[in-house]
Parts: sequence; C-alpha cells; structure tokens
Amino acid sequence: MSNLLNSLLVMVLMLNLFALGTSRIASVIRTVAMQGALLGTLPLVLHGHLSGGALLIAALTITLKGVVIPGMMNRALRDVKIKREVEPLIGFQASVILGALATVCALLFAGRLPLAAAHAGTLVVPTAIATVLTGFILLITRFKALTQVMGYLVLENGIFIFGMLLVQAMPLVVELGVLLDLFVAIFVTCIIVNHINQAFSSLDTRRLASLKE
Amino acid sequence: MFLFLILLAIAMAAVSGLPGFVLRRSAGGCERLAAAGMVGAACAGLAGAAGGMLGLGRDALAFRWPAIGGGSVGLDALSAFFLVPIFLIGGLGPIYGLGYWPHRRHPANGRRLRFFWGMLVAGMALLVIARHAMIFLLGWELMALSAFFLVSTEDHHPASRQAGWIYLIATHVSTLVLFALFAVWRHVTGTFAMEPAAPQALGQGVTNLCMGLAWVGFGVKAGVMPLHFWLPGAHANAPSHVSAIMSGVVIKTGIYGMVRWFALLPDAAPAWGALVLLLGVLSGVLGVVFAIGQHDLKRLLAYHSVENIGIILMGLGVALLGRAMQRPEWVTLGFGACLFHVWNHSMFKPLLFFCAGAVTQAARTRQMDRLGGLATRMPWTAVFFLVGAVAICGLPPLNGFVSEWLLYLGLLKGATDTAGGAFAALIGVPALAMIGALALACFVKVAGAVFLGAPRTRSAGTAREVALCERVPMAVLAVGCVGVGVWPSVVAPALDAATGCWLQGTGLDAMPLARAVPLGVIPLLALMLVACVALIVWRLRCRTAVAAPRRSLTWDCGYARPDARMQYTAGSFARTLVLLFRGVLRPAEHRPQVETLFPGPTHAHSHVDEAVLDRVLVPAGRKIEGAFAWFHRFHRGLTQHYVLYVLAVLLVFLCTLFPFRHMVSVWLKQ
Repeated sequence: MSNLLNSLLVMVLMLNLFALGTSRIASVIRTVAMQGALLGTLPLVLHGHLSGGALLIAALTITLKGVVIPGMMNRALRDVKIKREVEPLIGFQASVILGALATVCALLFAGRLPLAAAHAGTLVVPTAIATVLTGFILLITRFKALTQVMGYLVLENGIFIFGMLLVQAMPLVVELGVLLDLFVAIFVTCIIVNHINQAFSSLDTRRLASLKE
Repeated sequence: MFLFLILLAIAMAAVSGLPGFVLRRSAGGCERLAAAGMVGAACAGLAGAAGGMLGLGRDALAFRWPAIGGGSVGLDALSAFFLVPIFLIGGLGPIYGLGYWPHRRHPANGRRLRFFWGMLVAGMALLVIARHAMIFLLGWELMALSAFFLVSTEDHHPASRQAGWIYLIATHVSTLVLFALFAVWRHVTGTFAMEPAAPQALGQGVTNLCMGLAWVGFGVKAGVMPLHFWLPGAHANAPSHVSAIMSGVVIKTGIYGMVRWFALLPDAAPAWGALVLLLGVLSGVLGVVFAIGQHDLKRLLAYHSVENIGIILMGLGVALLGRAMQRPEWVTLGFGACLFHVWNHSMFKPLLFFCAGAVTQAARTRQMDRLGGLATRMPWTAVFFLVGAVAICGLPPLNGFVSEWLLYLGLLKGATDTAGGAFAALIGVPALAMIGALALACFVKVAGAVFLGAPRTRSAGTAREVALCERVPMAVLAVGCVGVGVWPSVVAPALDAATGCWLQGTGLDAMPLARAVPLGVIPLLALMLVACVALIVWRLRCRTAVAAPRRSLTWDCGYARPDARMQYTAGSFARTLVLLFRGVLRPAEHRPQVETLFPGPTHAHSHVDEAVLDRVLVPAGRKIEGAFAWFHRFHRGLTQHYVLYVLAVLLVFLCTLFPFRHMVSVWLKQ
C-alpha cells in the first residue's frame, strides 16, 4: 500500500516540475488536470479500506479537478486566444531548478518534522510542502491571468494533500465546502479573465496595477 | 402586548422596501406600497410606544440565542419615549418622498432608498428596545449601514460619495468604542444584559472608564462638538428627507445610548455631570456660530443640529449633577429639558429639512445667495419654515421655548441651591441665552435671504409650490410644534415616566414635573402673546391704510433702478457676526481690489472650513500618509509581489519550526 501511495506521490512531484517547465498554457492545464485526478485517488489509497465518505470525496475531486475545472480553463483559453506565457519573471529552466530545490528542501525539512508514526514512512508531507511551494513559484513568476489561476490550483492541490492526513478527523462537509469554494473561485476567475482581456486587451495581470489607488 | 406591536412595526418597516425589488423596474406602485408599509409600521409603532409610555404592562421578552448567551428586548417608558420620534419621522418621510423623490424621476436609486429607509427605522427601533448589548449592537450596525447607503444615495456625485465615506468611518469609530464599552461591561458584570449596576458595585475607576467610553462612542453618533465632523457633510449631501431623519432621529440614538448607559451606571461622580454640561455648552455655542458662517442651506441646518444636541446635553448634564448630588428637582428639570428637547428637535428639524428640500427641489440650488423671494412663490413652505424657525430659536409660544425654559429653570434652581450649582448656572445660563440669540440671528438671515426680497437667480424666480404629499408631512410637524408648545402639559406624564425609569436603581425618587414647574400657565402666556402680536399687526394695518404704500423691491436702498443683485446677501448679513467670531470660524474671504474708474466684472466669495475635519483630521491624515510614503515601494498593486510576501512570511514561520540548533549540535558531534 505504501509503495503504491509513494509512487503516486512521486508522479505528483514530477507533474509539479513539468508544470513549471512548460510555456504552453494548454499543457499546464493538462498537467494540473492530471495532478488533480491523481490526487483524487489518494483518499482511496491512503486509508486502505473504502468508506462512503472517501469514495464521495474521490469521485467529486476527480470530476472537479480532473474534468470540470480543466474544461472551464480550456474554454477560457480558447476565448482569449493566447497560447503561451511569453515573459515569465524568471526563465522556465530556472523555474524548474527552483522547483527541484524546493522539492529537495521539502524532503529534508519533512524528515526533521515530528510526524505521527503512520505518516513518517510516506512521502505525503514532503509532497504537500513541495506542491505548495510550486504553487507559490507559479503565482509569483507568471504574469498571465490564466497561469496565475493554475498556480492557485497547484497551491490548492498541496493543501489538499495535507488535508488527506486529516481525512478521518475532518468532517466530510468541510472537504466538500473546500471543493465548492475552489469551484466557485475558478468559475469566477474564468469570467474575470474574459473581462480583463476585453478591458485591457491583454491578460497581463501587471496591467491591473493601474487600478490601484 | 405593546412590545409585540413594536416588534410588528419593526418587521413591517424592514420589509416595506422589498416589494420594490420584486416588482418590475418601471412600476411606480411600489413606492406607494413602501410608503403605505411605513405608515402602517409607524401607526403600530406609535400605538405601542404610547402603551409603553403609559406603563400599560411593563413588557420584556427574553429569547434563546445560544451564540450570544440569550437575547432580550423590553419596552419601558424611556424606550417608548425615543420610539415616538423614530416612528413619527419614519412614517412621515416616505410620504414626503412620494413627491420629493418620485420613482419616475429617480428610477435607479429610488428603490434602494426606500429599502434602506425601512431598514434604518427597523434598526433604530431595535436598538431602542434592546436589553442585551449584542442586540443593541445589532440594531446599531443596522442603523449605521442603512444610513451610509442613504447618505450616498446620489453616489454619482463625488460630494455624496465623500460624505458617505466620512460618515462610514465616523460611525465605525463609534462602533469600535462601543465594542470596548461592552467588553468592559461584560468583564465587570459578567453579563451582556443591560441591567442597572447596583450602587457601589463597580468601583469608581470602572465607572469612569465606562462613562468615558459611552461618552465617546455615543458622542460621535450624536454629533457632539469635537466629534461632529461627519455631520455637516452627511446632512447636506443626502436627499432632504434622509437629512430629516438623520438629523431628527438618527443622532438622537446617540443621545438615547448615553441616557441608557448613564442610567446603568448609577454612581457616576458629579464631575461627569459638569463635564457633560460643559461639552454641551461648547457644542451649543460653536454649533450655532458655525451655522452662521454657512452659505449652504442644508449645511446650516446641519450645524444647528450640533447646537441642539448641545442644548440636549446641557439638560443631561444638569440631570447627572442632580443625580450625583441627590437633588430630585434638578433631575426632573434637567432630564425633562433633555428629553423634551429631543422630541422638539425631532419635530422642528425634520420640518426645516423638509422645507429646505422643497426649496432645493423648486429652485434647484441649496446656496442661499442664489435664492430669494420664495415667500410669494411657495407660501405654504414659507409659513412652515417660519414655524420651524421660530421653534428652533426657542421663541414662545412654540415648543423649542418650553424645553429651553425647563433648562433655564433647572440651571437657576441649581444656582439657588448650592455653590456647585451656581457655578453650573454661571456658565450654562449665559451660554443658553447666547445660543438663543445667535440662532435667532441665523434664522433671520436664512428666512430673509431665502424667502424675502426678490429672486436672485432665474431658477429661484420660476420656483413653484411643491406637491401636496410634501406639504402634508410638513403640516403635521408644524401642528405638532405649535400644539406641544402651546399645551406642554400633555407631554408631562411621558416625561415623568421616563425620568422615573432613568432613576431606577439609584434610590432617588423622581419628582413630578408638574410640581416643579407651572406648566399650566404656558397656554395662557401663549394666548396673551398671540393677542399682543395680533393687536400690533392690527394697529399697523390701521396706520398703513391711511398712507397707501408704494410697492417696490425689498432693499432697494433708494436707487432709481434697483436690481435683485443689490439686495443684502446671506453672507453680507451674517458678516458682522462672522467677523465677531473670526477666532474660531477663521473665514476665508476673497475680495477683489477695485482699482480703475471703470472696473470690469469681478467676483467676491467667502468660505468657512469645517473646524475638525478640514483643520485637524485631513491635515493629520496627510501627515501620516506622507510619513508612510516609503511604504509605497512595497505596495505596487502587483498580485505577484503580494504572494511573494505571503511566501516570505510563511518561510520565516517554517524556519522557526526547523530544528537548527539540534542540527548544529549533531554536526559538531560528528
């Protein structure tokens, strides 16, 4: 069981690096969708047995993160007619190296943390930290509104992995609430992206600074 | 039973504006529906308040609300007393609004205005009947937020938006102070319930702290002089019936808060009475002085609210002094004056604002120097304005006179009793006299500039009398002013009941007002006064009938061809007084120099700043902004930067988790 879990988590880590390294927005969307779907299987793998709540969360997560949200993002991408993130703050190779560094740091750091015995042998905590850091790197270094949303999604994925540790302690309704929040946030952002594109003729979020007082 | 009437009224008021949102946008019927709802709420509320004042069944209702530890509402004479103006103006305003703010002329913001009007009335009524600090706060915030939306009704005007923001800041400062007050109260009494503390239970320090917090928190809302900075702008820029309820009722909730919380703290030192009296004097005198310097009709009325709040607080100060020094007679007179003036001000000030709204609507300007000659064009409005003006100046036989008379009696009673009282009278009586005289001068200026003379602009010349539904609320209020002024004995039982309610828990017995003052002589005096005036008028008529008068322009000053622009302006009329008080007013005058023999056209103007806002708060805000200019480097408006800051903080916190010391020791061992 631990082997299956760890190999899933390694795939998540690799998808992180892939999301950092590609400039095509469509493939970032695909990567994050794949990551979301992988995460959806985590509740089933993590606890060994199949409970109703875990099944519900898994089904909802896979549907939302793997199908619905990528679908909305792809649609928004089609509407605004752009393909690439052209000028990130730091280059794509540099992003990948930074992401790798973050992953290494997360592994080192998690090794030092006083974890419960059940979680000590798995990669859950380091993957969660690394994914959160990847989300931050995406959010900080990319300027297009759509890639910002992707960064936010990756960040949320990291928090989701953390949440997996608590899936028995946390009421189902909290998990569902988080998923609903995420869905609404992405939904609204996809609408806003269109409006930004119309108002500023660009998806560059730096233009939004002109709204500052 | 009566409490349920009040609760029904609150519910009706709260939902009265909702149909407007549901019905079609073009439907004008929703405004009549909303007005009908408010009138119904007002009738239910006034009936309930009347029952409460007569003490027909002392009501209280406790209900379960686990989050705040159980809430309770109740109706006693004091609450009922303040409910009367709330429902009176709350019911009259929408009727006025039918003509003043009709749906067809304001389709965009009319629905919003009617909805928040209902919410405002509901919030105020709720806070007045609250017996639990959290319920009180709920009503308070409901009132504050609805009033914000009402003030910024015309949010396409920058001035309205600015007034709305300043009001919002002020009201939240007040709420913040109230949070502190309620937290302290909870800490020392162990409950949020608003029950009077037992004498000597709290200790002097805590009492002083609570008094101070209540003073600041409620003083901002009441518009006491140094804390009044939000008031002129908000009153001037709101639609006139909103100004009427803001000035007539909303600021009275601040007074209610003070009165109620001072009642909960029975052993306040006499110094608090003196302080309230002194600040009342300050507020009264400076309020009227600033009113004289204004050119904007509604701004001038707003400063008169500050003045009247000062008079009300002087009464409260005398009552507090009397309570601390165990003098029931002072309490009766002072508290009677305070509460009576609350009622009076909530009748004549909305009346004046309704008239000002009518003038603004008819002549399309609030600047007094662009009006003139409206008495012949709007006779009803002019008469109602005159009634309001006479009442606000405290002249007999109208209601303002009676409450100020009670205050004079209270102050003079103190002077004959003790040395401390004499000191209070020495400050209070001349100040009150001065306030009266200056208010009279101010309203002579207003009435002269707006209603007499010749119209100064074309729009003033083409003004028409306003619709009937606007004149009816004015008439109701004018009749109320005259009725209460001529026959004040009707109010005495309500005042006695409220005073008794205020003194609960102090061990002091209230003295009936009728025993302290001969209220019965007032109708006789009024009759004599009216008879005298009628006689003088008749004599003058007889004399002028002999020599037929030549009709000409007012203030034509003997010129061959007088012009409307030769008239005295409001500014020139008030200039003597403004210069007399230039130390506080600091008027800015721009006067052009006339140098050549045939000068071209030129302009002169004068201006009086808001004392606290323009001279203290805004410069202080600029200074603070300047001091933090370096911070703009970190505040670029880029989301990416903000996320980076979040990450940095996160990493710093993570580092504190990291066992560096352990690692170093392990490394050293190796």
